[in-house]
Amino acid sequence: MTDMTHTALAPRGDFPLLAANPLLHYLDSAATSQKPQTVLDAITHFYGTANANPHRGAYALAAAATDAYHEARETIAQFLGARDSDTLVFTRGTTEAMNLVANAWGRTHVQAGDEIVITALEHHANFVPWQQLAKSAGAQLRIAELTDDQQVDLDHLASLLSARTKVVAITHVSNAVGSITPVAEVVRLVRAHTSALLVLDGAQGAPHLPVDFDALGVDFYAFSGHKLLGPMGIGGVIGTRARWEECQPWQFGGDMIEWVHDMDSTWNVLPHRFEAGTPNAADAVGLAAAVRYLRALDMTAVRAHEVALLEYAQERLAGMDGLIVYGPPADARSGVLSFTLEDVHPHDLATILDQHNVCIRAGHHCAQPLMRRLGTSATARASFYVYSDTRDVDALVHALVEAQRIFAPVDA
Amino acid sequence: MSDLQELYQSVILDHNRKPRNFGPLDDASGSAEGKNPLCGDQVEVAVRLDGDTLSAVKFTGSGCAISKASASLMTAAVTGKSRAEVDVLFERFHALVTGRLADAEITKESLGQLVVFSSVSRFPIRVKCASLAWHTLRAALENGDASIAVSTE
Repeated sequence: MTDMTHTALAPRGDFPLLAANPLLHYLDSAATSQKPQTVLDAITHFYGTANANPHRGAYALAAAATDAYHEARETIAQFLGARDSDTLVFTRGTTEAMNLVANAWGRTHVQAGDEIVITALEHHANFVPWQQLAKSAGAQLRIAELTDDQQVDLDHLASLLSARTKVVAITHVSNAVGSITPVAEVVRLVRAHTSALLVLDGAQGAPHLPVDFDALGVDFYAFSGHKLLGPMGIGGVIGTRARWEECQPWQFGGDMIEWVHDMDSTWNVLPHRFEAGTPNAADAVGLAAAVRYLRALDMTAVRAHEVALLEYAQERLAGMDGLIVYGPPADARSGVLSFTLEDVHPHDLATILDQHNVCIRAGHHCAQPLMRRLGTSATARASFYVYSDTRDVDALVHALVEAQRIFAPVDA
Repeated sequence: MSDLQELYQSVILDHNRKPRNFGPLDDASGSAEGKNPLCGDQVEVAVRLDGDTLSAVKFTGSGCAISKASASLMTAAVTGKSRAEVDVLFERFHALVTGRLADAEITKESLGQLVVFSSVSRFPIRVKCASLAWHTLRAALENGDASIAVSTE
């Protein structure tokens, strides 16, 4: 058995919900993470000291709001490795970020006969926007298939790439099974065979792996704040300046304009051009507090902690009858344990585990194309984060054994 | 009995393992497909009506133990009943799993074997699982030979 203490990387006491529920085993961080007190404090502090509408109003309080919003952008951009913080556009999250790119770039660049390449791993948020863009443009959607352990089949991906490929949109880390995309290899393939727009879905990448946007070599990187200790309703997309210049505004209104004439308008500069309306400044400030918290933990340590928990879980579960674990080995997988247990449907598992204070996700994980390829309608998914520890894993294993006992045939 | 033991009692586990009236129905007079988009469960219910009597009901599909056992026990409960009797049973079952049935009515006399679903009301997330087959049955009866998708809310 792995020599490992019960210690989490981040103290439970930092997280009010976990502190208030000491018996809770929260293993659904891939759906949304818990929030540290510093994030809640930052949001309260913004509303208590700097609440005014950013970019409007010629008074000191409005300037304070603008400054807080601006500093949040710089902190978050820096955390994700983007030196030019104005290339970070805030959105509600990854879903809105993907819709932004599909509309702002896709609608003016993808035409009939073109091809859009995605993979069978994609979350619906990085699947449906491209599927619908392809439909409306008369373009062809091509789907890169997977290896037997649910990694993107790079040979198949390469075979789909051609001069017709206008967009390659691919997940950094699979939310459903945890597979980590070898980004450098994908970048090399895409750049060698196409001049396509390369978009990375970082919803599960940014929370769990060090991300250095300027070194990645992709055109856009989308992420969600609530999965990396931040509040719900804030996230964003970082792009290269060259690609942003090719985009057209996709939402219109206040803040994104330069001048409005009767019959036409001109547009504000990056990033405001793509942030119509009053910005979600308070949650941006909350997200900045979250990334400061993660920076102090160090993302390399976050990754190492999750790998250790994953390996511990695999050891504890080894030999369990009827257990199928999906995804690649731990070194190529994020802190996600996606599995099925023979004769016990994932939904029933989730109910039984819930009675043991173990929260897991059961279902298709917004990845129905992947589920079809796995030949199942649903899996159970336990996912780890900085506050998870080996006691959470032990509780999971205990509850799984209990589920097997309940469902064991009586005549056996 | 703990809540879990009550939810997963032997009758439910037995019908999950060996569902009754499972498979396609010859000479069906109506059918419907029910889906729970939240979890991906799906069930197809086919009915044969002789006049006003439901002479045969069968189902196919995949889902959790609660949804499968519910479909199985439902087929046993409604076969041979008139449409009006099925409607009464539907309402009573729905009231049972949503916790709106008076304790005095939660009896074997009133519900037959369906009484085993009485603890579902304490698991609100599972109400949809238990009621999916019933909503689908109703759609099959109302729509003759049309096959339609129903959502459970």
